[in-house]
Amino acid sequence: MRILVGIKRVVDYNVRIRVKPDGSGVDTDGVKMSINPFDEIGLEEALRIREAGRAEEVVVVSVGGDECQQQLRTGLAMGADRAIQVSTADSLQPLSLARVFLKLVEKEQPGLVILGKQAIDGDNSQTGQMLAALWDRPQATFASGLDLTGDTATVIREVDAGLETIEVDLPAVITVDLRLNEPRFVKLPDIMKAKRKPLDVIALDELGVSAENDIQVTQHTSPPQREKGILVEDAAQLVTELKNRGLV
Amino acid sequence: MNETTPAREVMEYDVVIVGAGPAGLACAIRLKQLKQDLMVAVLEKGAEVGAHILSGAVIEPGALDELIPGWQDNPPPVCIPVGQDELSFLTSASRYRLPTPPQQKNHGNFVVSLGALCAWLAPQAEALGVDIFPGYAAAGIHFADDGSVGGVIVGDMGVGLDGEPKDTYMQGIEIHAPLTVLAEGCRGHLSKLLINRFNLDAGSDPQVYGVGIKELWQVESGKCRPGLVQHSIGWPLDKNTYGGSFIYHMDKDRVAVGFVCALDYADPEFSPFEAFQQFKHHPSVKPLFAGGEILSGGARTIVEGGAQSLPRVEMPGALLIGDAAGLLNLPKIKGTHQAIRSGMLAAKHVTEMDTGEGFDEALRASAIMRELHKVRNVRPGFNKGLWRGLITAAIETVTAGKLPRTLHNHADHSTLRNLQNTKAVDRQWVERDLIPRDRLASVYFAGTEHDEDQTVHLQILEPEVCITRCGEEYGHPCTRFCPAQVYEMVADEVDENGQSAAGKHLQINAANCVHCKTCDIKDPYQIINWVTPEGGSGPNYQNL
Repeated sequence: MRILVGIKRVVDYNVRIRVKPDGSGVDTDGVKMSINPFDEIGLEEALRIREAGRAEEVVVVSVGGDECQQQLRTGLAMGADRAIQVSTADSLQPLSLARVFLKLVEKEQPGLVILGKQAIDGDNSQTGQMLAALWDRPQATFASGLDLTGDTATVIREVDAGLETIEVDLPAVITVDLRLNEPRFVKLPDIMKAKRKPLDVIALDELGVSAENDIQVTQHTSPPQREKGILVEDAAQLVTELKNRGLV
Repeated sequence: MNETTPAREVMEYDVVIVGAGPAGLACAIRLKQLKQDLMVAVLEKGAEVGAHILSGAVIEPGALDELIPGWQDNPPPVCIPVGQDELSFLTSASRYRLPTPPQQKNHGNFVVSLGALCAWLAPQAEALGVDIFPGYAAAGIHFADDGSVGGVIVGDMGVGLDGEPKDTYMQGIEIHAPLTVLAEGCRGHLSKLLINRFNLDAGSDPQVYGVGIKELWQVESGKCRPGLVQHSIGWPLDKNTYGGSFIYHMDKDRVAVGFVCALDYADPEFSPFEAFQQFKHHPSVKPLFAGGEILSGGARTIVEGGAQSLPRVEMPGALLIGDAAGLLNLPKIKGTHQAIRSGMLAAKHVTEMDTGEGFDEALRASAIMRELHKVRNVRPGFNKGLWRGLITAAIETVTAGKLPRTLHNHADHSTLRNLQNTKAVDRQWVERDLIPRDRLASVYFAGTEHDEDQTVHLQILEPEVCITRCGEEYGHPCTRFCPAQVYEMVADEVDENGQSAAGKHLQINAANCVHCKTCDIKDPYQIINWVTPEGGSGPNYQNL
């Protein structure tokens, strides 16, 4: 079985993000970029499945400019067998991304597609679901547990009510949540080995997918600054202050 | 780890360089330029190249011209020609312009972000075939059988707070090389270890240091004057404390502001962080920042000792370059050109001689050392206070260091006065309202990150001294000199009988650490030992 894993280049989760002064987006000048943490967990799971002998090949995929090759190389250093960059200068929205993945699925015929439950930049949480619909295959989202037996996958899902266990037929799309595993550290010699692993670049046009987005983002703004608070002496003063502000 | 630990995996290189700063990268680039088939590895503890680099920085372009001819056609992302220089003396209420001393004339120099410059150098080194490993810390030295340095040991990953391996444990490998080049910057922890082991400082004065704290601001539109370079001395420091401020106007309404305090200050109650924040509130400074926002911030120590504090820079199997050796030119307030040149010189020496032996002599005979020799008496002149220091500086400048005398440096950890002998100093400090409110708010801008479940990387060698002697003698200065509030004295917890313990203990917030090394230097008992945490930990500076 082959596993396709999507990894997105995003602003690192430790970085304090800042909206550009003109509101046209988030400032990424000199900012540390990393693999979306949920995607990294997805990749770790794929590697564990392969190491357990239930898959033969793990392929990492990223959609973007040449800079995302850095994240693909990290994926290869973690242990993926090969990488595919779908090259585009445009920023694709979930439906377009799902179409890209559908094309790759047709080409690669994976038994499993693993994606992060969402990317920490757009927070859309849509690509996996849309891919499953376009592909007409089952989906198991927000996975915090995953077990493969024969042609089915038993998935524990993190849902609002708690944990839900479902069984899906393969091939399927699984999107993974934070508690599924803790990704490994990359061994230094594996960075060298990753440089020699295959990384194919496919232009977006070649796949016949349009980069046109259905949603236009018009403005980015920072959340409003919190106003300075005051210390109140007692409950009576609190009530008075709240009343003065018309809050009670 | 005990004896049953399996042998570490080994990678072999011709040269392993510790630290991807200007010295280390220049050395790597020049090695490959001179001898293409050399295998060169650079280890960098920061998550990315530049993540742990913090400097003013105004740089002289000469060294870069030598390293990468034509670099100005493809300049680093932040690179603004210096327009005007201003030096001022501040009192708490006023500003007096001083003539700019010749060393500080910056015509032809550039305002850069040294972090961005290193991130720009790294791919050029990689294009030449250098293997750079950001996120991998050189945690120890591999000694060859004959006792010489034989390479480095990369730190283990995934070791818990209790010292036990976690699920993600990964043993660090060893990198073996006939030559190890230490380019860790100021007070590198492996450099410190090797200087002690090989007694490299036996013939030199103790190294002396300063701590620099810096913020990068986005100021209100119209306030920034790209290329303007401003320095000040005087307030908020008293006349017995050496240091001063810098304000460098960059592009896109960005202004770098920072403050450097020499670490030989005497008042145990003094806080370099507070001095920096006070400076920003000087009536002539505050309007620039009012209404602006901080993009990034952090702190780093610098070497100030110059020629007489320079240790031997070679030992069997290894060399020291850049500020790991201590080559910063203090009167110029610049070290980048010296770092780059020392990296290039090391590369030239090694490729010509096929050994590091003789590098100490080569360095001392070079222009790098001549530059330091000329200004050697400027810094120690300030040991007698600001005014006598300025007079010494003027004399030494006029005579170009030709007077047959060399003033001496004294170790920074020995200069604190006992609390009982210290009169509270009225620093005329004001109430502050510019951000950041305090050190915790400030650390936020450093983007510093450490997995909290890892071994504490600030080793206290004699913890009982903190509670007893230090409390009485100096009142826990670590709680004030650390710019990231790593050290806190907290009350002991109430015991099970409901008895409130009268004692307090030292709490180390290691996750706040910005790797500046102030504690390792200034701790009066020298019982704080800074070692590297897991690779990839620490600050994530943006354009500092």
